[in-house]
This record gives sequence, structure tokens and C-alpha cells, in this order.
Amino acid sequence: MTDIGLEAIVSTAGLAPPRRGRSIRRLFRHRSFVIGFVIIVVLALAAIFAPLLTPLDPSAMKVRFRFRSPASDFIFGTDMFGRDIFTRVLYGARVSLFVGLAVSVISGFCGAVLGVVAAQFRKLDAPIMRLMDALMSFPAILLALGIAAALGPRVSSVIAALTVAYVPAGVRIVRAAALVVRELDYVQAARLSGASALRIIVRHILPNCFSPLLVHLTFIFAYAILAEAALSFLGVGVQPPLASWGNIIAEGRDYATEAWWVMLFPGIAISLAALGMNLLGDALRDVLDPRLKGGD
Amino acid sequence: MAAAPLLAIRDLTVQFRVDAGWVTAVEGVSIDIGEGDCVGVVGESGSGKSVTALSILRLHDRATTRIPNGSIVFKGQDLLKSSKRSLRGIRGGEIAMIFQDPMSSLNPVLTVSEQISETIQQHQKMSGTAARQRAVELLDLVRIPDARRRADDYPHRLSGGMRQRVMVAMAIACRPRLLIADEPTTALDVTIQAQILELLRELRQELGMSVMLISHDLGVIAEFAQSVVVMYAGRVVEQAPVAQLFRRPVHPYTVGLMAAVPKLDGDATRLSAIPGRIPGPQEDIPGCRFAPRCGFALNSCLQAPPPTELVGELHTVRCPPQVLALGDVNG
Amino acid sequence: MRSENQRRLSGELALLRIIAFKFLQAVPVILIISILAFLLLSLLPGDPAIIIAGEQASPEAVEHVRQQLGLDRPFLQQLAIWLLNLAQGNFGSSLILNQSVLSAVGERLPVTLSLAALSIAVTIPVGVFLGSLAAYYRQSWIDAGVMTFALLGVSIPAFWIAILGIILFSVHLGWVPSSGFTPISQGVGPWLSSVILPALILSLFQIGFLARMTRSAMLDVMGQDFIRTARAKGLSEWRTVSKHALRNALILIITATGILLSTAIGGSVVIEQVFALPGIGRMVVQAILARDYPLVQGTMLIFGFTFVLINLIVDVLYTLADPRVRHD
Repeated sequence: MTDIGLEAIVSTAGLAPPRRGRSIRRLFRHRSFVIGFVIIVVLALAAIFAPLLTPLDPSAMKVRFRFRSPASDFIFGTDMFGRDIFTRVLYGARVSLFVGLAVSVISGFCGAVLGVVAAQFRKLDAPIMRLMDALMSFPAILLALGIAAALGPRVSSVIAALTVAYVPAGVRIVRAAALVVRELDYVQAARLSGASALRIIVRHILPNCFSPLLVHLTFIFAYAILAEAALSFLGVGVQPPLASWGNIIAEGRDYATEAWWVMLFPGIAISLAALGMNLLGDALRDVLDPRLKGGD
Repeated sequence: MAAAPLLAIRDLTVQFRVDAGWVTAVEGVSIDIGEGDCVGVVGESGSGKSVTALSILRLHDRATTRIPNGSIVFKGQDLLKSSKRSLRGIRGGEIAMIFQDPMSSLNPVLTVSEQISETIQQHQKMSGTAARQRAVELLDLVRIPDARRRADDYPHRLSGGMRQRVMVAMAIACRPRLLIADEPTTALDVTIQAQILELLRELRQELGMSVMLISHDLGVIAEFAQSVVVMYAGRVVEQAPVAQLFRRPVHPYTVGLMAAVPKLDGDATRLSAIPGRIPGPQEDIPGCRFAPRCGFALNSCLQAPPPTELVGELHTVRCPPQVLALGDVNG
Repeated sequence: MRSENQRRLSGELALLRIIAFKFLQAVPVILIISILAFLLLSLLPGDPAIIIAGEQASPEAVEHVRQQLGLDRPFLQQLAIWLLNLAQGNFGSSLILNQSVLSAVGERLPVTLSLAALSIAVTIPVGVFLGSLAAYYRQSWIDAGVMTFALLGVSIPAFWIAILGIILFSVHLGWVPSSGFTPISQGVGPWLSSVILPALILSLFQIGFLARMTRSAMLDVMGQDFIRTARAKGLSEWRTVSKHALRNALILIITATGILLSTAIGGSVVIEQVFALPGIGRMVVQAILARDYPLVQGTMLIFGFTFVLINLIVDVLYTLADPRVRHD
């Protein structure tokens, strides 16, 4: 669904701080984690080493080669301008993965800060949460659409727009986790022994919010990929000739019946990327806190 | 005396599925319950008593439990082999069960009378109004004050003791021949415990039903049961009439159990405890499961499962005679 | 001692009191939403008047826009006018469509409503059923199948599947028109064929989510003791699940449905674009691209209010579904 991952919001906050070594081993025993991990690593490597994997320029138009179906010289075929789809998909991967990463990290960071502040400083809690509630009342796609359109169609606008759209969810998750943690005995003890608020936050609260936030962020990564594709498809994201999986599909739509390959491969790429991150998120959630899954 | 028992559990073995395969939770359990009897099953957590009780009505989770061996014969019918439909007729009808935690055992979104009426209408043809009327009567029977008003309450508005009474009312709604009570008083205050036990005793007499009472509390068993089954680590280790068991426990485990109960009379000494801990179901011990902790164990005890010995009238023990002889010396 | 009638009345009064309280709590959120919508323009970098008029516009044109939208007035005055207008039901006017926001939205409401209603009508029964099935037969291939379906639903881009769907069902099979909306006044059949494909595609992606939430809720509930009690009373599996389990899972399912309604609105934006349905979503996208910001503002506001309303209804449904919440 090209919209915000609200499922994560409905879940409750997990608590156990992960014991790193054991958790990592358990992760790799998870079949879905391995599959997701492999997918993402392959895509990431393909994106990073794109220039090595293909000698062609993604924007190079060679009208001579237009509408070639997939064959050995053009693995994914060419589009109406003779551009190689395989190359464009590889460079599109750079955009999508970069957007996904940026949105996750930035919205995660802002969400963590706001969430902890809301949980720790009661006076700020109500205004922050009302603001987040209000932000969440707008359909995320529309919010992102509006912001991206206003800022101009480029990657940074998409990142900014999606970050704003996804911060409220992160705030909720971190706040919920922080609220639980601050009631724990050892945090009370720290407070009683005179530790400053900052120290309590950094040493005790943040580490415990880490797991639910991490799980949440992997899902945000997936939704960001899908959302960026949708925005580029609609024309407010990355503009051609810069390649984004979304705008390749948009361009290919008009020639869908003649050159089905133009639309097919970027779609598969988007699905794989989102699938990979979702699998990672599922596995992380299983390992870090089975309670989030809701009983199995 | 020679009449066939109402319920005969023979050689019951129950296994659970874990990651590595199947583990045996309960093995070779045989218990008889006669008409009008009151049998107490006592043991610590992990002894398998609840597992045994749940097997009677096959209330286990089908996906993770299997019963590879044994029979549970009720009025001539083997419940383990009965059809689902036949079993449903028996559940709540001829055999009823109440559980440990009345709060979680009652559906929070349905009123008390709805839940009781449901049992009634499941087994008897009755209109909704008639069923509700009967529900109120039952609530009266279990001594809930202001029954008519209480009937429309939701479970969370009732106290723990009252909820358990509601459970009892639901259970006896169709006049079962056998009531299985799995730790009915464990989650309640001591004073409420006594009330519930008293209630069960009265109902037993009024309705002439048999009761299988499961508890880890020796006091409850002593007060309520007529005969006792002692379980340890998934096996029955001793069965005896209640007076006999308490006066003259024979199995080393039972002896240890009795000794661990602090006594008001006599010298104030340290509480005695049985050294070691109960083996988990996944631990495979070929011989007697208690042998590793038993003060009188012989080498043979660890290798071969102990035989069943008759040591008194209706008093059986799973322990070889040589060990029993040793135990006897020490009282 | 009160009579039964008296008890019931006081119970209902308590319920009304709770509902009224929840309405009150929604007011500050509505206020903030209104202010946010207003700020939409001011938060953007640059001069809103230039943004709307376009970067190529002449200074006179920009000035005209500025005056027309009242952007030359002091900030607080603008806010006050905005809020005052809202209170009177004036959500602004579209620059391009030459009509008020309300009438523009009203014209397109049947389209979006048809889409949303049809998709929800399919999503809820199928989603709840699949989720319950997966929970009941957990760890079996049915469970795995439903979970995989749900996973694909959140991984595959909807607009892509929509296009593929059009190619298959419209172009190749010719079962339904590939675009456009036929109002129901022209016949149920034509109306249905114009919305069924977009609605089903929208459903496809939401069923996964609902199935997952239902499964989660049902697993939680099925593991609880009162389910064992229900079985011990001799109830059939069907009755145990439908009467006891589902009613308790209802609470979480209601939450999920509330979320669904919001994502349906979001999803319909893209779907309407792909299928060229003249709905509210498509209007907003075009308004954004055409810089018709008053229209965007007004519509966003309507969306925001709708969401708050949905939340409220969900909240109220909670109190009805869960007696434990009522008396506290």
C-alpha cells in the first residue's frame, strides 16, 4: 500500500534491550531475515556499484535502440528514447534506497528526540502529542504530496516530505517505550540518586527505546521506498531524465502494451526492495521482542 | 465396590511438541473415580496433574499436544476415541470443569447470566427466558447474594470469590456426574478458599456428583478429598484413602512432601525440604523419576521404572519393595 | 436498591457522558488541524503569492494574487479571518475551478465515496475471515499463505498493480472500462463496472493489513482462558470462535478498520489518478500540481476533519464493544 505504515503504531512498545551477540545469531537463523537480508544487500551492492555493472549512461538517449525487448545486449530492454532499462533501474535503486535510508534515519532521530522529550517533560507532552495527532490526521500521501510539490520536484523534497509524514509515528513509538521505561525500578533509582535528566535519558531511556524504534524504522524504510515511487509516479518526486523506479513506470505506462518491459522491471524492483525490508523488519521484531507480534 | 468406576483413566501418556520434537509430560497415569467419590490429585507445579485433568475432556491445544497412549473410559465410553460431537455433548453436560483463575476463565464481554444460559441451552432445549431464570436459580444455589441483579453483571464487577462461584454455577448447570476442579481455590484468599470448598462439598452431597479436585495445597486436599493421588514429574507415585495417606505416607516423595509442611505442634525446627528439583518433561530418566532426589534410591531405581506395589487397603505405591522396606525403617 | 430500569438508565447516561467527553477532547485537535492547514502555505519556503502565481508571473500578477488571497494583511489577521470563515462553513475557493472548495469536494464526493465504500465492503469481511482462519489454523499452510499475502500487500506498489490490472482486465479481457466514472444514476451495472476494478485493487492491499491485525487479535484472544471454558462447556468450535473469540477481538478489529478508512483515503488518491476517476483524490493531486493552493488547503482540512470524525466513531464503538471501559 503506498501509504504510511500505521500497523507499527498500533503495536505496543517492547522493552528488552537486545543482547547483541545472541540476537544477531538468532537473526540469521530466521529464514525471513536471511531472505530479506540477501535481497537488500544485493540491491544495495547493485546500487552502489551501478557504474561498474553497466557501461551505459542511464540518461543516454539512443533513438536507434528504442523499444528493444529484453535481450542479451539490453537485459531489461529499452524504452521509447532508447535508454537501457537495466541501467535506469540500477540508478533508480540509488534514489530509492537513499531516500529510504535518509527518511528512516532522519524521521527516526526526530521521532526519538520528540518522543523522549514528550515522555520526560510532562508539560511538553500534551502539546507535542496534539501536534502529532493533528499531523497524523492528514493522509500521509497527501501531506507528502503537498510538501514535495511545494518544495519543487527533487530528491531532497521527497525526503523532507516523507520525513514530516513519518515523524509522528516514530514519536508515538518512542514515547510509549520511554513512558514504560521511566517507571521501571532502576530508572526510579537513578532519579532518586540525583542523576540529571539528560543522563537518565541518554543512559537509561534511549537504549531501551532502541528495539521498538529499530523495528519501526525498517518498516518506515519500506514505506518510504513505496511512497517515493508513488510520488515520482505522480510527477512530484524525482523528475526524468533522472531515473527513479516510479517515474520509469510513469513513462512506461503509455507504451504498456508495446513495451511491457519498461513497466515490469522497475515494479519488480520496488516490490523486491520493500519486501526485503519488510522481511527484515518482521524478523527483527520476532527476535527483539516477540510480544510486538501479538502472540504466536 | 466392585462396580465399574465412573471414570477410569488407564495408562495415560500425554506429549507436547517442542522445537526439538515431542516431550512426555505425563506417562502411565491410571486413576479411578467412582460414583460419588471425591478424589484429590496433589503434586507440585510441573507434576502433570493439570495436564491429566485437561486430557479427560481433551481440552489441550490440538496443534501441540498428542496422546499416544492410554484410555479414559467414562460410563463405558473411551473419551479419547470419541467423536467430537459426542465429546461436546459430554463437556459441560455429564463432565464439567472449573479452572484456577476465574477472572480469565470468564468471558469479559458477556454478562454472567449470558454465560450460564449458554451452557444450559447447549445441552437442553430451553427458551432464553427460561434459561435465564434457571441461571438466576443457579446463582442462588451457589450462594451469590442478590442473584437476580447480579445475573446482569459483567465478570469484572464481581469479586474473585463470586466469580469462582459463577464458574461453579456454570459447571453444575446441567447436573454433571463428574466435576473436575483444577486448582479452584489457588487464586483466592484463604477465607474465600474455605467458602468455596464448603460450597463444593454441599453441592456434592445435594447433586450426588463425583469430584476430582486438583491442588498443590496439601491442606485443601486433606480437608476435602476422600482418596488422594500423588503425582510427581508426570507420574503417579502413590494413591491412598486420605486418612491413610496423611497418617502413613509410604512413597519417599510423599514422605518428603508431608515433612515439608510446617507443623504448629511439636518442636520448632528448620523447615525440611527435599533436596534437588523436579526434572522437566524433556529430561529423560529411564527409571524412577524421583530416584535422583530420593534418599533411599538403589542403583536399580535409576534404570528400570518402578513397579506398582499394594501396601494397604486401596493403597498403592510405585516403588520397589526393597526401597519401601528401607523407608519404613525411618518412619 | 434501584430497579432494573433505573440501573439501565444510569448506565446509558454514563455512556453518553463518556461519548460527550470524547467529543470535547477532539476540539483542540480540530483547532490545531485548522491552524496547520492555514500554515501550509506560510511554512513553505518562499513567498506564497509567488508560489501560487508561478515563478514566471509578472509582478502585477503576483500582486493580484496576493490581494485576492488576502496575503498582504498581517499574519494574525489572516489567521483570524481563516478561522472565522471556517466557523461559517467557508473553506475557501478554488483559484482554477472557479467554485468554492466545498462545492468542488461535494461534486466529487460520490466518486471517492463509491470507491471507498465498495472497497471497504469487500475488505472487512474478507480480511476478518482470512485473519481468523490464519489464527485458527496457525502454523499451518493456510496461516503461511495468508501471511504471505499480507506481506505482498505491503510490499508491492499499488499503482503498479493497478496499471497491470487495467492492462489485463480492460485492455486484454475488455471486462471493464479502463477509465472514467459512471454515476449510479445511469444504472447500477455501468456504475459497478466503472468502479469495481479500482475498488478491488484498493481492497487487495488493505485485506492484507486487516487480515494481519485480525490474526494478531484472534491469536491473543484464542490463547485466553475463557476460550478453554467455552470449549469445556461443550460449545462447538464455530460458536466458540464466532461468539467468544471474535467478540473479544472486535476491539482491535475496530481500531484496524479505523486505520483502514484513513489509508483508503490515501490510497484512493493514487488509484483515482491511475484510473482517471474524477474523485476528490485526483482533484487534490491536480490542484497541487496546478498550484491551486486554496483548494489544497480547504481539501486537506476536510480530510483532517474526516479523520478526526472517524477516530471519534471508532472510540465510541470501543465503549460499546468493551463493557470494561464503560463503568470506569
